Amino acid sequence: MQEKKIICTVCPIGCTIAVKGEGGKILSIEGHTCKRGEEYSANEFLHPVRILTSTVRLKGSDMPLMPVRSNKPLPRESLFDCMEEIKKTEAKVPVRCMDVIIKDILGTGIDIVATGNAE
Amino acid sequence: MHNIQCDVAIIGGGPAGLAAAVSAKKQGAQKVLIIERDTALGGILQQCIHPGFGLTYYNEELTGPEYYGRFIKQAESLGIESLLDTMVLEVQPTGKIICVNSKYGITYVDAKSVVLAMGCRERTRANIQIPGTRPAGIYTAGAAQRLINRQNEMVGREIVILGSGDIGMIMARRLTLEGAHVVAVVEIMNYLAGLTRNRVQCLDDYDIPLLLSHTVTRIVGNERVEGVYVAQVDENKRPIGETEEFYPCDTLLLSVGLIPENELSRATDIEISAVTNGPVVNQFMQTSNPAVFACGNVVHVNDLVDNVTLESEIAGREAARYAMGSFPQVKRRISLETGNNVRYLCPHLLDIADMDEQITLYFRVLAPEHNVTITAKSGDAVLYKKKAVKVNPGEMEHVTFKTGEIPASSDCVRVDVTKEV
Ligand SMILES: Cc1cc2nc3c(=O)[nH]c(=O)nc-3n(C[C@H](O)[C@H](O)[C@H](O)COP(=O)(O)OP(=O)(O)OC[C@H]3O[C@@H](n4cnc5c(N)ncnc54)[C@H](O)[C@@H]3O)c2cc1C
Ligand code: SF4
Repeated sequence: MQEKKIICTVCPIGCTIAVKGEGGKILSIEGHTCKRGEEYSANEFLHPVRILTSTVRLKGSDMPLMPVRSNKPLPRESLFDCMEEIKKTEAKVPVRCMDVIIKDILGTGIDIVATGNAE
Repeated sequence: MHNIQCDVAIIGGGPAGLAAAVSAKKQGAQKVLIIERDTALGGILQQCIHPGFGLTYYNEELTGPEYYGRFIKQAESLGIESLLDTMVLEVQPTGKIICVNSKYGITYVDAKSVVLAMGCRERTRANIQIPGTRPAGIYTAGAAQRLINRQNEMVGREIVILGSGDIGMIMARRLTLEGAHVVAVVEIMNYLAGLTRNRVQCLDDYDIPLLLSHTVTRIVGNERVEGVYVAQVDENKRPIGETEEFYPCDTLLLSVGLIPENELSRATDIEISAVTNGPVVNQFMQTSNPAVFACGNVVHVNDLVDNVTLESEIAGREAARYAMGSFPQVKRRISLETGNNVRYLCPHLLDIADMDEQITLYFRVLAPEHNVTITAKSGDAVLYKKKAVKVNPGEMEHVTFKTGEIPASSDCVRVDVTKEV
């Protein structure tokens, strides 16, 4: 059995929630004050996800970098591998906000998109 | 010499200046001009590539560039003009602005009203006086953020961060993802300075230790930082000698607070608050000079850009009304008093006109507390009352009420945060 203490970030109160589980199944959740916290801590326990933001090199502009993000949250354990892909990538002007810079990064079904504009 | 006339001139093109400009134009001001010293609009958000913006204003999570990008789009479609690469040197009490532009040289801007939106600057090592040598490798967190996110320059490999403010924590994550090792985040207070969300997603996610009630006592290194001494502090924030430990590192980042950028405001003879270091403003975001308005971090340091936007929309709207001669006639002044566990209130005072206005007062508490009641009272009238499970100096609180609820016999509103018994 696995036990994790999770600080809920859904609202500023920040309850500390203890989740117990085994083999991808939740056994118990304690310490939450509301339903949203229960849902959040279950997701955090089973498959935490994060938006990844970074920059890629930009060709053809005075700005050396273009800020980018994942268009959806990525599995937390994949972030460092995604960073390796992002480091290898270069964008060329013109770039518009939300242009896809890396399609389907590491087969996650999630795209890395531009968050800035450059002519 | 170059001369420009306009209705509303806005100094600073960050999120505050942009929101003020859009709202001034929507209110009906003819010529709205943003004056910005950088070569692009967006202010500090140009380097804030991380998510966490717009959660309350847009109800979605945006990055900094996406957030200000939306305002630039609006400003462009409304025909708001901007003067980039232009540093404002002086705002005269009459509203005349003196600036220097890379192309026109010294430029005079005559405006019917002015909005100050110059943002804030970071506190540096000199502000907090850390003893030791003066090697390379010491940066404020915001300067490091700019180098990495805009200039493609890495600042170091082994990093200690002093201060648990949001920018420091966000940089801890950014540096880790870029391959550096963050040795620890050191915080002198016994609580986190920034948002809990950032602690979870920037420190805990990467197992970066957070040392509360600790400080950097000494910096070691000749050419480059070689390490820092870190010690626990007692309840008076004095380092405890025997707890001192050496942490090898090549870089020290300082995330030790922000101060409103008010060189210009001071020179303009505007009244400055000793607590916030920003101009004293009423609910119209109007300073002690009636033609000069102020908004954003130049007034008080905000942790959420969403609040900056709301307050700047007020400043822009009212500056436009002032320029057009439709500013409300003020009947009486209400002072605002900081009661128990309230560090400051913004706005600082209310100038009441005939209409019944909805007021929001933003404030920060002095110390963290659980299970409190937040009240706003005027004479015998309770204008606002709400229970809160937790308050924290790192997260801004607010109270709301209508000016019509303030008794005619009272000239003061007081806000208190009291522990429930
Ligand atoms: C490093 C850093 C990181 C931050 N990270 C976050 C975050 O993650 N999330 C969040 O919600 N908030 C964050 N904040 C807070 C954020 O700054 C504010 O919410 C918001 O950017 C304030 O907007 P502003 O327009 O008041 O100031 P700024 O964005 O600082 O804009 C001020 C503008 O005025 C210009 N200016 C100043 N003086 C002059 C002059 N004399 N002449 C001409 N132009 C001038 C500056 O160049 C700048 O463009 C951060 C702040 C800093 C300093
Ligand atoms: S559990 Fe509910 S009350 Fe507690 S922090 Fe999460 S959302 Fe807030």
